[in-house]
Amino acid sequence: MMNDRVMPDPGTQKVTLVIFSGELDKALAGFNIANAAAAMGMEVTMFFTFWGLNVIRKSRGLSKPKDFARRLLGWMNPGGSRSLGLSRLHMFGLGTGMMKNLMRKERMPSLEQLISMAAGQGVHFVACTTSMNMMGLTEGDFIEEVKDFAGAASFLNEARQSHVTLFI
Amino acid sequence: MKANDTLDCVGLYCPMPIVQTAERIKALKVGEVLEVVADDRGIEKDMPAWCQATGHEFLGIEKEEGEYRVYVRRSF
Repeated sequence: MMNDRVMPDPGTQKVTLVIFSGELDKALAGFNIANAAAAMGMEVTMFFTFWGLNVIRKSRGLSKPKDFARRLLGWMNPGGSRSLGLSRLHMFGLGTGMMKNLMRKERMPSLEQLISMAAGQGVHFVACTTSMNMMGLTEGDFIEEVKDFAGAASFLNEARQSHVTLFI
Repeated sequence: MKANDTLDCVGLYCPMPIVQTAERIKALKVGEVLEVVADDRGIEKDMPAWCQATGHEFLGIEKEEGEYRVYVRRSF
């Protein structure tokens, strides 16, 4: 029987993640880490900015397209976790579809399941207001897990107190 | 090793084993032992790491035919 001596080293530690990418593989990595950290008793905050907003958007059109540019952006950039593609080998959806099938076959949790697991474990979801404004998104465009809307100063305040800060 | 409860994580990959361990350990009384069965070899390092971070006691691992049995005692 293997028994490596492990000295306990608990104490609430903070983890801050910036989710900048709107790609499925990167979102999966971010949520895997967030869930593992939460399971380890760490306090996790995820800041979603730029394309990362697509990960936490509801799967429908914009609530109030302000102008033509934003309406066009909304049309080309549908958002919602189910619409995300791989960062490589997306192959017009073929590669992404194959990856999702593989994950299902191996009983790996989907991105949607990882998102609810994270919320269930107390992970904080924060959306970047600047990116929201640029894309013409409002609070109603996001999934219910997103409770906070903030900017860089809030992110930096969390990051400066965190043991772990990652940019995904 | 004897355990008070068993968690079957065979076929599940990171982070599922430790997420489920974190959940299941709450159902044990302090001092009781949880046995986690997994076949993802990551558990060899992941469970001691989880114990180190949470403060629960890592008791050891038994490896047999690609299956890992990890023992954790609820410390608080």
